[in-house]
Amino acid sequence: MALFTSISTWIIPCFILLVLITAMIKKVPAYELFVEGGKEGVKMAFSLVPFLVGMIVAIAILRSSGALEAFIQLLAPILTLIGIPPEIIPLALIRPISGTAALGMTTELIHTYGPDSFIGRLASVMQGSTDTTLYILTVYFGAIGIKKMGYALKVGLLADVVGITASIIIVTILFG
Amino acid sequence: MVNLIWAFMAIIGIVYAMIHGTMDEVNEAIFTSAGEAVTLSIGLISVLVFWLGIMKVAEKAGILAVLAKIFRPLVIKLFPDIPKDHPAIGYILSNFTANVFGLGNAATPMGIKAMEQMKQLSGTNTASRSMITFLALNTSSLTLIPTTVIAIRMQYDSVSPTEIVGATMMATIISSLSAIIIDRFFYYRSRWRA
Repeated sequence: MALFTSISTWIIPCFILLVLITAMIKKVPAYELFVEGGKEGVKMAFSLVPFLVGMIVAIAILRSSGALEAFIQLLAPILTLIGIPPEIIPLALIRPISGTAALGMTTELIHTYGPDSFIGRLASVMQGSTDTTLYILTVYFGAIGIKKMGYALKVGLLADVVGITASIIIVTILFG
Repeated sequence: MVNLIWAFMAIIGIVYAMIHGTMDEVNEAIFTSAGEAVTLSIGLISVLVFWLGIMKVAEKAGILAVLAKIFRPLVIKLFPDIPKDHPAIGYILSNFTANVFGLGNAATPMGIKAMEQMKQLSGTNTASRSMITFLALNTSSLTLIPTTVIAIRMQYDSVSPTEIVGATMMATIISSLSAIIIDRFFYYRSRWRA
């Protein structure tokens, strides 16, 4: 674990070092290229604004109205029946939709039930093993102007269902 | 699909607020969240500028081509539509590497570059097969060490903050493998129908 953490901190500086040394050897104009590439970054960040505002506001409306909470309460009895603890359900449902909301919920669950409780462990694994599908779709497709997503959303959300189910089963086996 | 989901989220929220008297909260949320979204986009500028700058140098120095050559067999299996020496492969690899090490900030700009290259290959506004495979892998999370979660666990005095790493890895591997399988399933189904 200590090794992995130090790899994580070393990898970026070392990668930059490798890039710059190779650029020197190959005699490519490193600074000019950096600026040229950076300009694309500015354009890209601005083109993302409308996509993110649209998506985040819609999710905020749904959450603040209480509709999302009500929907979760509605589903809770069914999910409890198949062995999913009700405390974890809001997190499972919010994870693919909003990254910050999910992180907030994970923190809250760990705080309330303790990091070493079953719920705390389950929340940790769930948070770590899937990503925010809707955000990734918005950013990647938005940045390059894809209008028709095809079956991308279906694939992303189904993979989330599998990931969340897998984390429940694995935590139950390992720590249950 | 996205148009529908997007509109439905807002419509359901507003109608629900009408019935349950939470209109004040909704009204406030609209403007604060719009502000948050802009802050988020602005916050992305620094990472995007820095990484796209470095990646431009890396590309011209030939590093992406070398990376692509080493992992070519695996990526070609995953993305059969991308030509063997195409720069997209180099970007896809850098995105995956950054993700595995939990460097989300570095992964996003490289992912966008990869998508851009794939769009040049397809030349349309429709998501191509490779793009969807790439997204499926990204949304299923490739992160092996969940650093943020470990940090939260440490904050709340866990006896063993890292004990969930093994379980997270297993869940990540399962979700990534199933993302590939589900992606393939939908691809062949769409081919079959057409």
